[in-house]
Amino acid sequence: MSDEYENKTGYQAQSSETISSGSGGGSRTASDIDYVRPAEVTDQDLYHGHSFITKWVFCQDAKVIGVQYFLLATFTGVIGLILSWLMRLQLGFPGAAGFMTAEHYYQFVTMHGMIMVVYFLTALFLGGFGNYLIPLMVGARDMVFPYLNMVSFWSFFVAVGVLLASFFVPGGPTGAGWTLYPPQTILEGTPGSGWGILLMCISLILFVAGFTMGGLNYLITVLQARTRGMTLMRMPLTVWGIFTATVLAMLAFPALLVGALMMTLDNVLGTSFFMPTIIQAGEILEYSGGSPILFQHLFWFFGHPEVYIVALPAFGIVSDLISVHSRKNIFGYRMMVWAIVGIGGLSFFVWAHHMYVSGMNPWFGFFFATTTLIIAIPTAMKVYNWIITLWRGNIRLNVVMLWCLGFIVTFVNGGITGIFLGNVSVDVPLSDTYFVVAHFHMVMGIAPLMVIMGAVYHWFPLVAGRFLNETLGKWHFWLTFLGAYSIYFPMHYLGFIGVPRRYFEMYDSPYMTSAVGMNEFISMAAFIVGAAQFILIFNIIKTLKTGKPAGSNPWKANSLEWLTPSVPPEHGNWGDKLPVVHRWPYDFNVPGAKEDFITQTTPPSDVVGTEVEKT
Amino acid sequence: MSDPKIDGLELKPGFKGMADDTGSDQTMFKGVHWGKAMMWIFLLSDTFIFSCFLISYMKGRGSTLVDWPNASEVFGLHVFGVEVPLLLIAIMTFVLITSSGTMALAVKYGYEKNRKMCGWLILATAVGGLIFVGMQAFEWSKLISEGVRPWENPFGAPQFGSFFFMITGFHGTHVSIGVIFLFIYAYKTFAGHYDDRKRGWFTSMKGDYVEIEILGLYWHFVDLVWVFIFAFFYLW
Repeated sequence: MSDEYENKTGYQAQSSETISSGSGGGSRTASDIDYVRPAEVTDQDLYHGHSFITKWVFCQDAKVIGVQYFLLATFTGVIGLILSWLMRLQLGFPGAAGFMTAEHYYQFVTMHGMIMVVYFLTALFLGGFGNYLIPLMVGARDMVFPYLNMVSFWSFFVAVGVLLASFFVPGGPTGAGWTLYPPQTILEGTPGSGWGILLMCISLILFVAGFTMGGLNYLITVLQARTRGMTLMRMPLTVWGIFTATVLAMLAFPALLVGALMMTLDNVLGTSFFMPTIIQAGEILEYSGGSPILFQHLFWFFGHPEVYIVALPAFGIVSDLISVHSRKNIFGYRMMVWAIVGIGGLSFFVWAHHMYVSGMNPWFGFFFATTTLIIAIPTAMKVYNWIITLWRGNIRLNVVMLWCLGFIVTFVNGGITGIFLGNVSVDVPLSDTYFVVAHFHMVMGIAPLMVIMGAVYHWFPLVAGRFLNETLGKWHFWLTFLGAYSIYFPMHYLGFIGVPRRYFEMYDSPYMTSAVGMNEFISMAAFIVGAAQFILIFNIIKTLKTGKPAGSNPWKANSLEWLTPSVPPEHGNWGDKLPVVHRWPYDFNVPGAKEDFITQTTPPSDVVGTEVEKT
Repeated sequence: MSDPKIDGLELKPGFKGMADDTGSDQTMFKGVHWGKAMMWIFLLSDTFIFSCFLISYMKGRGSTLVDWPNASEVFGLHVFGVEVPLLLIAIMTFVLITSSGTMALAVKYGYEKNRKMCGWLILATAVGGLIFVGMQAFEWSKLISEGVRPWENPFGAPQFGSFFFMITGFHGTHVSIGVIFLFIYAYKTFAGHYDDRKRGWFTSMKGDYVEIEILGLYWHFVDLVWVFIFAFFYLW
């Protein structure tokens, strides 16, 4: 590395003169036009594990940590899935599960929500894809602080352990709903009001601490450890999405941490941060003077950016998948980047749209409705750009592309119902109905999940060196896609007729008579969609040994992660020499080029005569 | 850890230079050590934590049913038969800010490779931090002996006790963690780990005097946060 540094500096002045003078004569040599600034930083010093434990358990390699995050998040996700089955069983066929009491139902709702949002989606996108892809995509050897990165995963591991332990403590897990609103969270009568909520808060605090360690890694790796030639505007949109989501997480999780800490003190020490004067069973409790709305503000100051912490990586990843599999450059790359950054920024000014019915000052609702609707602008830009990228592309209609198309449709769907709910006057009657449930599952449940699935089919050949089975993949996709719509489309209607969310049973209310058939149908669909996810797990286990070998760069993609000397990449990623980047990752079907893709490391002297000669 | 090569790197001043750095490859903050950039971003995140605490405090104080106690009476000390308001806290603040000064000097001597001076100044900083934590413990026990608890307060609103113990406790934890690291770094400085570029115990990365500056950033931050806590609790 250092030799090269000196060689290149030798003719730096000369070459920059030639280019800036604009003469562009035929005298320029290949080394002139291929010039890339010398390395600013010495090569990274890595700790190489030798034993099984340092290589696979307490491992400092970001790729292994990424897979660890992925597996653990998937494991918790399966638990969340099983909980949703139990909930749907109760809603569709009340009393069918004999052990199910109202308390159990609330606990399952709460744990399903918290697991899916925080421990599944956030951990999977940022911990899983972030760790695996960021160093590879920006051309780094590893994350910048590998040790901290390892501690990050093990904090997450402990956080999951504490969370799951709450199933086995007296009183069970908390049943206050995933928003954990006080005062009912810590009042007797709410399931898990003692141990359950305590473990939940501890687990969240551990998660935030662990995430902060990982998040610092992702940010500094993107900012300070890119390879030569990799400018911010040459990064794949995946990296932009994960990077911006991490910025949001670093600024939003503090509010959750503070809220969880104060909740713990209210619960354990009897402070009154969130607890007003309350009469319970004819007896005045010790609490007085606290503000439950304060918790809601803290929670949603975290909670709304959290939606985008999940959505932005999905936006980024899907952009790359669409571009690669339609063999076209992503339309409006800069616009996409600024849309991601803009959505991220705006997401900090919309939190109180979750609180229209909380009793806060109505003028707040006016302000927050406005900011909420403004988010539709960058989001719509992104959707148009995806569609224009597809337009006249050379589309490969494989499983990855199917998931991407499914994502676009689902995201538009969930986004439009978001415009309903962003308006105060429409939100008030729809608030706390199944319309809300349908909306957020569409927009931040199913849509990002489709991207995850697409990403798994796309990057599995890199991680495992083999393709996943396409036929199984198509079954998986169609069952999930059609099934998800069978679940959530009817839920919008349930919301319109006023069926409230979080109710254990409708008994003989008028809702029930008109909704009973629909609830049965939704539950059946939910069982099928849930079961369909095991097709993927089966597919992965099966193809790990017997799948079609992928070889290097099987999708003919341009970005750096496919250009490693060995597939799957080894510790240190790049062998002896770091890659040098000459262009963005979206040069597909360039007129005049030999092939339909030009990798990021292809030097300009190799593509003389094509339309991207100058980039 | 990888070392930035700042020599031969042309840094342009002002907004133009910032735009150039942002648009360039490899690094956004030219010549900035990875760990230093990390500490800045961590501190930004930590700022949000303390902001959430202090905003909650403002909200809590604004909506209590009972009056907030008078800070100059609650925090006053009875010395030589005279009631002196804010005496203890003035000394604490003075000690903490002085320790920031010794920390800054330690960084300077570190970069000059003056191992002895650097080590002693880090030790002095650590002792300043210890004195601060000790005086805080004294203040806590004084308030507790007067009957102030997280859940009740004989002088007025119970939230006073809740917020006071929580926020000063959270800050005190920051100081204590800083003191532990200061002692470790003082040992490493005296033992020459930074001069010999010895590898870290856990991270196995080569030591460098920049680590002292990174710890210094943390220490100055803890100091700065204290100024805000001081203003909000003792002067409001």
